[in-house]
Amino acid sequence: MESQLSWQEFIITRVIKASGYSAIVFVALIFYFLLREGLPTLTEVSAANLFSTRWYPIEEYYGILPLISGSLVVTFGAALVAVPFGLGTAIFISEITPRWAREILKPLVELLGGLPSVVLGFLGILVLSPHLRALLDLPTGLTALTGSLLLGGIAVPTIVSVAEDALDSVPRSYREGAWALGATKWQTIWRVTLPAARSGVLTAVMLGVGRAIGETMTVMMVTGNAPVLATKLSSIFSPVRTMTATIAAEMGEVANGSTHYHTLFFIGMVLFLISLAVNITASAVVFRQQKRAERVLS
Amino acid sequence: MKTIFPIHRNLSQQLGFGLLTAMTLATVLPIIAVIAYIIVQGAPAISPEFLTRVPNNGMRNGGIMPAIVGTLYLTFGTAIFSVPLGVAAAIYLSEYAADTWLTRIIRIAIINLAGIPSVVYGLFGLGLFVLFLQFGTSILAASLTLSIMTLPVIISTSEEALRAVPQSFRTVSISLGATRWQTIRRIVLPEALPGIITGVILGLERAAGETAPILFTGAAFFLPRLPGSPFDATMALPYHLFVISTQIPEMPFQIQYGTALVLIAFVLGMNLIATVIRSRARARRQW
Amino acid sequence: MKHILLPFLLLTLLFTSGCADSAQAQNNPQASTYIENKGSDTIVNLALAWAERYQEKYPEVRISVTGGGSGTGIAALINGTVSIANASRKIKSEEIETARAKGIEPVEHIVARDAIAVIVHPDNPVSQLTLQQISDIYSGKINNWSELGGENRPIVRLSRETNSGTHVYFLETVLRLGEKDNQTLFATDTLLLPSSEGIIHEIRHNPNAIGYDGLGYVPKDLKVIAVAKEPGENYVLPMMSTVNDKTYPIARDLYMYTAGEAKGALKDYLEWILSDEAQQIVSELGFVPILKYNP
Repeated sequence: MESQLSWQEFIITRVIKASGYSAIVFVALIFYFLLREGLPTLTEVSAANLFSTRWYPIEEYYGILPLISGSLVVTFGAALVAVPFGLGTAIFISEITPRWAREILKPLVELLGGLPSVVLGFLGILVLSPHLRALLDLPTGLTALTGSLLLGGIAVPTIVSVAEDALDSVPRSYREGAWALGATKWQTIWRVTLPAARSGVLTAVMLGVGRAIGETMTVMMVTGNAPVLATKLSSIFSPVRTMTATIAAEMGEVANGSTHYHTLFFIGMVLFLISLAVNITASAVVFRQQKRAERVLS
Repeated sequence: MKTIFPIHRNLSQQLGFGLLTAMTLATVLPIIAVIAYIIVQGAPAISPEFLTRVPNNGMRNGGIMPAIVGTLYLTFGTAIFSVPLGVAAAIYLSEYAADTWLTRIIRIAIINLAGIPSVVYGLFGLGLFVLFLQFGTSILAASLTLSIMTLPVIISTSEEALRAVPQSFRTVSISLGATRWQTIRRIVLPEALPGIITGVILGLERAAGETAPILFTGAAFFLPRLPGSPFDATMALPYHLFVISTQIPEMPFQIQYGTALVLIAFVLGMNLIATVIRSRARARRQW
Repeated sequence: MKHILLPFLLLTLLFTSGCADSAQAQNNPQASTYIENKGSDTIVNLALAWAERYQEKYPEVRISVTGGGSGTGIAALINGTVSIANASRKIKSEEIETARAKGIEPVEHIVARDAIAVIVHPDNPVSQLTLQQISDIYSGKINNWSELGGENRPIVRLSRETNSGTHVYFLETVLRLGEKDNQTLFATDTLLLPSSEGIIHEIRHNPNAIGYDGLGYVPKDLKVIAVAKEPGENYVLPMMSTVNDKTYPIARDLYMYTAGEAKGALKDYLEWILSDEAQQIVSELGFVPILKYNP
């Protein structure tokens, strides 16, 4: 009985350990694949072409700059929308509403996060884009702005969820101390609670932005997909083409192994590296905050 | 001075609270509006035929049954691969792993998996499962792709659920002579189960609603029969909605909204179940 | 570390062992009665209607239809994952080379004809344009409707994505006026919409827009521009008669490509497509049947 038990235990423990490493395996695998199919681009496409401003793959123009700028413009716009509203809502839910309202509001906001992106894109083309065109008197409603508004909507639930948890976990004693010293609730939020939850809030923002930059279907349906390099601030009112929409729209048509195929994987690699950078920065920030907190508290 | 100061503080508080209230309303009201709008526009299309028949007349008539079934197959397929692997990985992180640099790298890897754009998963799935392993455009390839995408969510939520179980449970169990695995299997896991289930449902909900990963790995526009094996391609609700809202001329709006309604009902239904499990577990918690 | 390798290898072995025969069936599409049909979004509704009708008559044949663009279909044919590639443009020489390198000889079948209509918002006063004017609009030389006698509005150019056969055809025939050495490109701010229906939708709501689409996609409420090949010639509206007598300058054949000559059930299906019954469906959907016009 004893030996049988320990034999079973041995196998199970090994399996569990293997599963634990699986995350690393998958990340490495994905990176390897992207690299394997994307790096040939550097030998097949000249640097001048790759960094030019025209993306027209069927005629061998592989300039990825307009695509990168498209993604950046839409993400930046989304962040402008999502960060204030997301943080504002998070603060509201965590600090101002009574306990019972929190149980209703938080799931409601998370509901928005569950809406599939294709549904939002669908509403974007049917409802939002014509109205925006009429409202702002633009040439067309399929613009970076439309994309940003919808992406902001997608990012908000992530920000609210994580930021609210962060604010909630600030010890009550912090707030009580501030009130005891005569601060109003408002002052407490801004000068005590928020700074204390800084690392969690930053993580929330980065996760939300990460979600926005990676969104595919919504932007493909509403941003017009025109590969124009964004040069001025008003570019947000023009159509753009994001990296993600490019891959989704063009991947189906490429013959396995062609230059176009490699270039799309190259773009995928760029996206992967950007999300890697965002995540590592977020982790580093959180880590440093934790170290600081430990020093302060010890 | 003393009389002005309190008024100033209260005023800024009133303004501040008012602003935050407005922001929250601006966030919450559109959500309600969107869902209500889809319900209103789509409800007329919902009927038993809509849910159980195949589409005909170029998708403009009939029902969306194959898409619903397809989404169920994909969700099931994703669960088969991601749940065992994800929960096992969570058990490792929570119960076995020491705080070494290797563990830290695993955590970074999980965060990174969570941040990868869904279309990059589609690319990866295309490269590995469809082309390299020769599975072709199939439920298998799509499920595998979706499961890797769902893995981080399941691992993080499951680990959190496991960690929430008080250490005293484990200590007592070990002190009574149980092995580590026995402790996990009989004490920790059951206590953490509601949290794990919540995480699994939330992860699967996301997988059910995604389009980009299945675009090149498993989705088809029109299939004559329901898929018969994991190597067949399948119709799926998100892809179906994408196609009927963008490819087909004179598609009645009602059917588009109806499909959207079914999709969000499916997704939000799962969300609701997960939330209910979570609150009930929290209420019944013995610690 | 070797503990990861073993489970992973086992898992992989499990998957690949099961896939052998199913993959065989997929790679031998002409032997079974499962016909996979992929490609042009222009043709997709037509292919769907054909598949539906054919399966009513012959329920033992299974036909699946997917869109994605002409480029997508041809790539899938080359990759060996489909039996029929639907294409709204001729296969390119590079694609033929790639196919031959993989041992596939693409065979062309003309299954219908199509006119590309140039469409604008119904309130737009402009009704006729020459081919050169359309080319200048799309290449960015003309930017305001007032330059064409219309209102003072910026021109919003709508196009299909680059993987669309319609796009490539428009590039070669209209922007480049059919000239082989012409290197004109679309203006960079041309909106590349992922589907025909997207173009229709935008034009319906946007008086600034101009777009092009297969005639079968144009609903009655949008305005179709009459096109003249050269300034001075007649302005012609696209319809069945003007496509068949070649007076409308932007008309094309629609193709289905197979890997090698079609055999068995595939051959029967392609022959049926050329029958009266199938071509009737063609005209019902707004395309031009090939039977009425046969040189």
